[in-house]
Amino acid sequence: MLKSKTFVKKTRSGKVMKIVREHYLRDDIWCGSEVCSECKQESGVLQKDACIESNLCSYPHYLIPDTNVVLHQIDVLEDPVIRNVIILQTVLQEVRHRSAPVYKRLKDMLHEKEKHFYTFTNEHHRETFIEREPGESANDRNDRAIRVAAKWYSQHLKTFASHEDGLKVVLLTNDQGNKQKAEESGLLVYKCEEYVKSLIANPELVDRLALSDDDKNEITSAKLLFPEHLPLSRIQAGIKSGCFLQGTFRASRDNYLEATVFVQGEGEDSTEVLIQGLQNLNRAVHQDVVAVQLLPRNEWVAPTSVVLQDEGIAKDDDDNEEEEEKALKVTAAEAARRSTGKIVGIIKRNWRPFCGMLNVSQIKESTRHLFTPADRRIPRIRIETRQASTLAGQRIIVAIDGWPKGSRYPNGHFVRSLGGAGEKETEEEVLLLEHDVPHQAFSQAVLSFLPKMPWAITPEDMVMREDLRQLTVCSVDPPGCTDIDDALHCRDLENGNLEVGVHIADVSHFIRPGNALDKEAASRGTTVYLCGKRIDMVPALLSSDLCSLRSNVERLAFSCIWEMNHDAEILKTRFTKSVINSKASLTYAEAQMRIDDTAKNDDITKSLRGLNKLAKILKQKRIEKGALTLSSIEVRFHMDSETHDPIDLQTKELMETNSMVEEFMLLANISVAQKIYDEFSECALLRKHPAPPPSNYDILLKAAKSKDVEIYTDSAKALADSLDVAKVDGFPYFNTLLRILATRCMMQAVYFCSGMDSDFHHYGLASPIYTHFTSPIRRYADIIVHRLLAVAIGADSTYPELMDKHKQSALCNNLNYRHKMAQYAQRASVAFHTQLFFKSRGILNEDGYILFVKKNAIIVLIPKFGLEGTVFFDTKDKTIPKLVFDEEGPTLNVEQHTFRIFDKVKVTIRLDDSNIQHQKIRMALINPVIPGVSVPVPDVEPQAKKQKLDH
Amino acid sequence: MAGLELLSDQGYRLDGRKATELRKVQARMGVFAQADGSAYLEQGNTKALAVVYGPHEMRGSRSRTLHDRAVINCQYSMATFSTAERKRRPHGDRKSTEMSLHLKQTFEAAVMTQLYPRSQIDIYVKILQSDGGNYSVCVNAATLAVIDAGIPMRDYVCACTVGFVDETPLADLCYAEESGGVSSLALALLPRGGQIALLQMDARLHQDHLETLIEAAMTACKGVSKVLDDVVRQHLQEVSMLTGE
Repeated sequence: MLKSKTFVKKTRSGKVMKIVREHYLRDDIWCGSEVCSECKQESGVLQKDACIESNLCSYPHYLIPDTNVVLHQIDVLEDPVIRNVIILQTVLQEVRHRSAPVYKRLKDMLHEKEKHFYTFTNEHHRETFIEREPGESANDRNDRAIRVAAKWYSQHLKTFASHEDGLKVVLLTNDQGNKQKAEESGLLVYKCEEYVKSLIANPELVDRLALSDDDKNEITSAKLLFPEHLPLSRIQAGIKSGCFLQGTFRASRDNYLEATVFVQGEGEDSTEVLIQGLQNLNRAVHQDVVAVQLLPRNEWVAPTSVVLQDEGIAKDDDDNEEEEEKALKVTAAEAARRSTGKIVGIIKRNWRPFCGMLNVSQIKESTRHLFTPADRRIPRIRIETRQASTLAGQRIIVAIDGWPKGSRYPNGHFVRSLGGAGEKETEEEVLLLEHDVPHQAFSQAVLSFLPKMPWAITPEDMVMREDLRQLTVCSVDPPGCTDIDDALHCRDLENGNLEVGVHIADVSHFIRPGNALDKEAASRGTTVYLCGKRIDMVPALLSSDLCSLRSNVERLAFSCIWEMNHDAEILKTRFTKSVINSKASLTYAEAQMRIDDTAKNDDITKSLRGLNKLAKILKQKRIEKGALTLSSIEVRFHMDSETHDPIDLQTKELMETNSMVEEFMLLANISVAQKIYDEFSECALLRKHPAPPPSNYDILLKAAKSKDVEIYTDSAKALADSLDVAKVDGFPYFNTLLRILATRCMMQAVYFCSGMDSDFHHYGLASPIYTHFTSPIRRYADIIVHRLLAVAIGADSTYPELMDKHKQSALCNNLNYRHKMAQYAQRASVAFHTQLFFKSRGILNEDGYILFVKKNAIIVLIPKFGLEGTVFFDTKDKTIPKLVFDEEGPTLNVEQHTFRIFDKVKVTIRLDDSNIQHQKIRMALINPVIPGVSVPVPDVEPQAKKQKLDH
Repeated sequence: MAGLELLSDQGYRLDGRKATELRKVQARMGVFAQADGSAYLEQGNTKALAVVYGPHEMRGSRSRTLHDRAVINCQYSMATFSTAERKRRPHGDRKSTEMSLHLKQTFEAAVMTQLYPRSQIDIYVKILQSDGGNYSVCVNAATLAVIDAGIPMRDYVCACTVGFVDETPLADLCYAEESGGVSSLALALLPRGGQIALLQMDARLHQDHLETLIEAAMTACKGVSKVLDDVVRQHLQEVSMLTGE
């Protein structure tokens, strides 16, 4: 082994410091090829016959991409066709510095056996290490290092070449200078496009190529559409001096010419800056980190409440934009104006691959097409493809490569196709991808940590556990539930009190901290329930079998046992790990029937009645303390058993037993929260629900006032009480509507780490402390809480991450994000199934209530389906009626009729599939009749019974 | 910017070493003639000078005299030019006092002090260049100096730091690794008997990992002892050749 030293200079935070590091060079770094007999490696990663059909390189060869090729053409490299690639350490390190997501993808590829990717540690190899020469830039040095390594490989492999067509290495670079120098030193070098285009057998790979710089120039016209972005150095100087603000760009969902930049201030004060107009938006894409400059005060505008979508055919770049922006130029009241700015530069792009569909160009031979992302906040992307005809009507994924200043749209490239639009699998995949829900099958590494089957409880398992198998425990869940994570029991004690137990699946027994299974579960955060589909957080063996507390099998549990008197006052609380044997798994309806059936008097029923009685008292107490009962309509689809298409739609009904289970879960959660907080005041994982700021209630107050009802929002209790008495004669649905509105005023409940926050209050439940303990199969937060509680009662050992409040806090952020996304995905799935439902139903006429009044539309809620829809009054093809919007009401005057919140209307509902990407439920007004606005009552198609026979 | 990757997937560290490999150790004994014993030791870029006086009569306050063994007096200091930024280091600050104390404890365990009752042995160590593992380099240098002074010891005292990254113990940390948020542990060992003279750690580490970490530290210390032994033998050979003439 040879050792030598080099010296590296480096600057840090303004100060120039000389940093000296040792650098050892080795001669035991192997080349990784199967052919090589000189290197003493155990097994080569790179194959002997590395053949790929190419008309440039007909011989077997290995690829060496340079940094820019990896960064920009990662989609090509990820294709299964590309194998036998040498990733140099220089490249790997540069990628790591420049793009974390690409680095992660590259790492994943390196771990994949089938790809035959090999990392060559060239910086520590005796023969491939080079020192930076005086006057040489760091980039040049790295390029040279790559060339030197490629040279070494070609010479190294030559010694084993048995015949002419021996193995060779091919360097891929897009840099002209680098290519030339490499050619001079006798290397085989190609541009990435040249090489990919030469792959005869795989023409579709060409589409995945990202556009390189010179291609972009072709597309852009001479005219500059956008102002230049400032360089990073000037942005930084500007931010320091205060003339620019740094923030996250959030495009508006409804209006493509409007966006806000969220500027995170110190502590609580963060502001939003409004951006309006294409020029001011200046090529920022949703979620980018940008620098904004505030406009002078007299140019400030108010956010428009117009809904504007970038539709129609591809506009030429020199098209007149004024027309589009005209809609924005509405004079607004002085008061409504908000701080407005323009984007001067992009600090960090946050581009990800986007799902969407292709708008095929009108010209048949054209290879450039526009791509419309499913997410409306993302602009349309121009891509180049030769397979437009096949891709039309399919959902595809596209990545953005860049947005030159002369181009109306960003340029991108095709990544892969998901399948036909409108097909259920495709749409599900799209909504999972769009909501960033990890849904791949569990990897081998994860599955390897599952318990070996057949599994049985061993005596070692019993050491720390209480044997509760003889108790009459039962579970109550929705029908069809296979991941049962809670079970209950209730029995009389000799002293006349009651013993109530909540038994929760002991998932933390199976998922040990830090292993791949645990990491995967932590990253998924939650199980996602879509209509007719479940994306598990933990593999099915655990979620539906070993952890699920099914009836008549022995299962490990974590029990929370209270001694209560008949007034539901807790006298004693005890936590223990246990073994239980559930006697029955009931549905809510079954449990309800048992309670109501006076003839039944078995143990289970008695236990249920006891629970039910206590639950009612508990609920009463909770409501007295000011817990809110809010409302949102949840729907359930009746699925066809064969096609899994929705055939009927039903709003979920709540039974007494629902609230019975809920009550005890709340109680368990609160008890556990208190216990873990007492034990670990710095690192308990809790859940809080902040009180909403008073301004959130504006809409609710206005709405209530319009019906002469007073709502008090000073405290949760006042709100709950005033909601209870809010009633309007002859309008029974009013109360529910108010509760729906109140729900919209609330803040999100979030997980947090007790050491990082001081406000623990749960507003909705009116509890001073709360956590999640009762669903460890489907929520990762519960697993952490289980671990904390296990340590607190001495049943398990601790580990460092559990006690580190910063790591906990980071975990909480991920969990909150995943929960939010899961919720959105769930809603999107319901929306999609609603569409499917209406597709089969044709046109329906229904009664509905106005939930919101907007400037050019009303939003209508159909209680029967729990469906919300927008009725627009300014459709493009019709003459716009006279609209007068009054913000105080808020009311909207259309011709003669005035719309107010809560007005009852009749609408016709049908599926609008003219835009296949965004199939929408369209609503049109039938009643009240306004000439020119409302539509005549369409004939409702007879509900096609034959539909069922069709398939 | 992403932080440093301390251990690559291929198993190489920042400077190209593998997890268990030590830095290059070079040493010379008898560098000063006026002291009773002296040594200079480089471990990678960390360089230390150790000087030993004694055993001699108690100096200063006689009240510290021990009647059954010798008193060991240690003093640790860092040169102003030892780090990237030049910094005046006042004598007797907390850090160096602590380090002196650690050194003292280490050598009390190794030197056969009972042979020299009522006397004193002074060990002065100065770090000339610092690049991680200051304590262990000091111990290793001081061992050579004590041997050079001809003071009997139970065994070489060899020290090494070990850090814990990605479930892997890394031997002999350099400064970049030490400052990269690694929980590290310093161990001084009498290698032949496997006795621990000093074990010091002030970072958080899960109890389960402690065993493997100590194990790795012991192996590393044994590696150091081999190098030190070679240095001593080489030195003796040179000296005997000179005196033989």
